[in-house]
Amino acid sequence: MGEPAAELRQVVKEHRDGSTVVRALGGIDFAVHAGEMVAVTGRSGSGKSTLLNVAGGLDEATSGEVFVEGRPLTSLTAAERAEHRRRHLGFVFQAANLVPALTAEENVALPLEFDGVRASKAQASARQALERVGLVGLQRRFPDELSGGQRQRVAIARAVVGTRRLILADEPTGALDDLTGRSMFELLAGLANEGAAVVVVTHDDELAAYAGRIIRLKDGRVNQVVERSAAPSGLGELLS
Amino acid sequence: MIRGALLTLLSEGPKYGYQLKSEFEASTGAAWALNIGQVYNTLGRMERDGAVEPLGEDDEGRPRYQLSSAGRAELDQWLGGAVERSVASRDEVTMKVLMAAATGVVDPAGPIAVQRAASQRTLQDATAARVAAAHVADRLHLDRLIVTTAAELRWLDIAEQVLEGEAGEALRTERQQRQTSGRRSKSPATRSSAARSVKSEQGEVADNG
Repeated sequence: MGEPAAELRQVVKEHRDGSTVVRALGGIDFAVHAGEMVAVTGRSGSGKSTLLNVAGGLDEATSGEVFVEGRPLTSLTAAERAEHRRRHLGFVFQAANLVPALTAEENVALPLEFDGVRASKAQASARQALERVGLVGLQRRFPDELSGGQRQRVAIARAVVGTRRLILADEPTGALDDLTGRSMFELLAGLANEGAAVVVVTHDDELAAYAGRIIRLKDGRVNQVVERSAAPSGLGELLS
Repeated sequence: MIRGALLTLLSEGPKYGYQLKSEFEASTGAAWALNIGQVYNTLGRMERDGAVEPLGEDDEGRPRYQLSSAGRAELDQWLGGAVERSVASRDEVTMKVLMAAATGVVDPAGPIAVQRAASQRTLQDATAARVAAAHVADRLHLDRLIVTTAAELRWLDIAEQVLEGEAGEALRTERQQRQTSGRRSKSPATRSSAARSVKSEQGEVADNG
């Protein structure tokens, strides 16, 4: 196994609220590798989203170290950090947050165009990403012409477009029905199988089960880690 | 339950035993293999009760059965009725957690954590099996396992939260009181003599002063 796509070592994150200090993460060790999907679960306020934001460099650790592909985030210049976020990192949030005036394809191409990629090349990559998430023939639709599940697929396509290797998703299925939520997690697991590093925050144990590793946080610390068994029970054993 | 399933299959028309077995398995998937003995036993009981009637043998000498009007009525009742679920059925996980909480022999967080890891793993296996399952019946069996296991995980979270809170504190206090009063009722003499000796020590101190 190579360097982790993202790694946290003894990360503490404190928020100051007036005179009181709230400890969101209390010394977390965490790593995700290429080809792996990790689910982070726990109650509200357990530190799930903070972990994701620190891993993605959206939020800074109070102490401890964050590494991206083996390099400490603190050793990167602001410009390098921004470039890492733009090129290698894809975020998926609960709401798809698409630009309503742009088509599905234009939405997906947007981060590449911000990055200075030529429009025609960005569009080709966007079409490819839309195919990866199973949206073929819908690239010219506007967000309001898509279902909730389709919009979230567009958001995932936008997160993986181009050379993005680390996908961070925060409750990506919050607004979706059961079966659509499942198909979203199947899709994320599929992207991990294709080589992406995927970290997904969810309060839903059922959906977390799509991940090979499930990390449960409690009060800002790792409370439990469950790895998929090497020899999983088959249909016969499960249903006997 | 098998009786209800066989009545349903017979409502399509007369059938013979082995046909019922294979149609049952095709409808319900790999989970509930039925042996032919069970099929004939059930058919025998249904014939005795007047729910099915023997219809003689088919061209290949296989005895066939058909639904009677009483069988039709029983089927309507079975399919149309609800299945009652009851909290009274004793669940082992609930039992362990309640026993741990009530006695303090182990911290209930222990059994909760162990069960959570096991259930999470079952959920991972069932999820992987469901993605691979080809037959709709197998998928639905796995879906049922998935949602009941997810419900168990939810319950474990709730139990953990409740036992960490005021309710858990109340249980601990109750336990301490019970233990104290248990000791008192067991050996009142020892306790009161101990109390006396403390008093007399104080008395000695007072005397010395």
